[in-house]
Amino acid sequence: MSDTNTFDATDLAEIERLTAKYPEKQAAVLPVLWYAQDKFGHTDPSVQKLVADTLNIPEAHIYGVVTFYTQFYEKPMGRHVLDVCTCLSCQVCGGYDILQYLEEKLEIKAGETTPDGEFSIQSVECLGACGYAPMLQVTNDKFVNHLTHKKIDKLIEALKAGKKPEFESNRMPQHENGSE
Amino acid sequence: MTNDWKSYNPLLLPAIKDLHEITVYEKNNGYQALRKILKDQETWSPNNVIGEVKAANIRGRGGAGFNAGLKWSFMPEPDGKPRYLACNGDESEPGTFKDRKIFEFNPHLFIEGSIIAAYAMQINVIYVYIRGEYRPFLKKLQKAIDQAYENGYLGKKVLGTDFSVEMYTHMGAGAYICGEESSLMESLEGKRGYPRVKPPFPAQRGLWGRPTTINNIETLANVPLVMNNGADWYLEIGPDTHPGPVLYGISGHVNRPGVYEYPAGMDIMTLINDVAGGVRGGKKLKALIPGGSSTPPLRADMLEGVSMDSDSLREAGSMMGTAGMVVLDEDTDMVDLIWRISHFYSHESCGQCTPCRDGTGWLEKTLRKIKDGNGELRDLDLLLAICHRMEGRTICALADAAAWPVRYSIDRFRDEFEKKCRKTVYAVA
Repeated sequence: MSDTNTFDATDLAEIERLTAKYPEKQAAVLPVLWYAQDKFGHTDPSVQKLVADTLNIPEAHIYGVVTFYTQFYEKPMGRHVLDVCTCLSCQVCGGYDILQYLEEKLEIKAGETTPDGEFSIQSVECLGACGYAPMLQVTNDKFVNHLTHKKIDKLIEALKAGKKPEFESNRMPQHENGSE
Repeated sequence: MTNDWKSYNPLLLPAIKDLHEITVYEKNNGYQALRKILKDQETWSPNNVIGEVKAANIRGRGGAGFNAGLKWSFMPEPDGKPRYLACNGDESEPGTFKDRKIFEFNPHLFIEGSIIAAYAMQINVIYVYIRGEYRPFLKKLQKAIDQAYENGYLGKKVLGTDFSVEMYTHMGAGAYICGEESSLMESLEGKRGYPRVKPPFPAQRGLWGRPTTINNIETLANVPLVMNNGADWYLEIGPDTHPGPVLYGISGHVNRPGVYEYPAGMDIMTLINDVAGGVRGGKKLKALIPGGSSTPPLRADMLEGVSMDSDSLREAGSMMGTAGMVVLDEDTDMVDLIWRISHFYSHESCGQCTPCRDGTGWLEKTLRKIKDGNGELRDLDLLLAICHRMEGRTICALADAAAWPVRYSIDRFRDEFEKKCRKTVYAVA
């Protein structure tokens, strides 16, 4: 997707709607960057320029924002980005084992993308799923919890087949054995 | 706390099927607090609502533990220009995973609480800031917000009264610091999340220079409980100085990790052994991080008789934080653990203040050196010196949050740190 990026009329209408939530246009920088990343898959310098031009905000500001927040991809990534949590609860519950297993399985290191452009792996900070460790997040979206080698094998298979993971609901243990 | 926790019925997250649907929520007394207030605005003037919430002493559940009603009372008199409520759903403190439960299972309780907060502070615009990683949960909240608009609880002329309020969601994009209230506002304004110098406090100059109050999601979810049942009823739950229900996020080496709702002030050993099913694999307990990564770890022998409330934890040598409890068993390598926490803070430091930007980096590097078996005893002094040069010397509290786990772990687990620094004991790879 390295050909010229543009927003069409539908995009511009949506951006208008996002901007209307705020008293100042600049506040829409994060939502518009998200919108752009959803559309183009990343926010590389060409996308940053497009966002800057669309909102009439200096490119330098947009660059500053993109580089501050970890979820904006500064360059194109694999089709599926696997963010493995290795922080605190995930660390003590085997997050690094999961990361290593993935690295060996996909034959890349954290921070790299497979040659076929299918998968990227990242080692990330706490994702807020501490009770369901170890876990990972697929391309800034669904959480996959309670990871085992088997569950990873299945996930990779499913993703290769174009099937994205479902939302996993974690009920409160208090309600599972209770009288309700 | 006695044994009555066993008969406790959750108030924030009750076991009601499909409670996230507005029809189910309404059937279960939902939006009644808001109705009561708006119907009788003479009794429930904005100031009276603030008074009631203040009397209930809802201690901020985001970590600071400040009386929410008191915070509300800092808002200046309205001057006809915009003022804002920002709801803090950034929830990025490692070990914390509670607010997402509210988004998923009982979003309307939080929405109702926010609307009441907006009414009390005479605010017409609410922003809900949610961390970017919580996108799936944000979608659930957005659905609930749409329902609340449809049923007339949000928008122009709420329930036919003169009160109007809009609620917008705003998604972060991966930055721990944006949970700090002034950084959150910067992020909402579309900038890098650099914390602001205080004063001026947000109530004086907040979003776009206008008066703003920032409350945690769980804090706001407590508001309808107070308004439905009264402050006196609320004060009966949990300890006198820290009342109300608390969402305990228990993770790490326990048999039944997860989020549990019980009154504040639960006995820590009861939470670990009875509620969460004890340390897994029959192992011994080594330590507990009581309220998220920045709260000083407590050794198992320091936990006797300590309960989960601000006062008890302060006495024991830690803090309540977010009540995100990380349980650590006897096999945990504390040096490795603290290195990883330092790595987190080094990664998340916004880089604005030198003591934090450089300090977190040096903590991480020095701990990595020790963990890799290349440490010397004097490195422990170096670590403490770095902590000393970070604490209280920065714009926000991230530097303190990074220093405390290191300082207190060296103090409380000194043997382990020293062992790794002695090459004769620890074989060098």
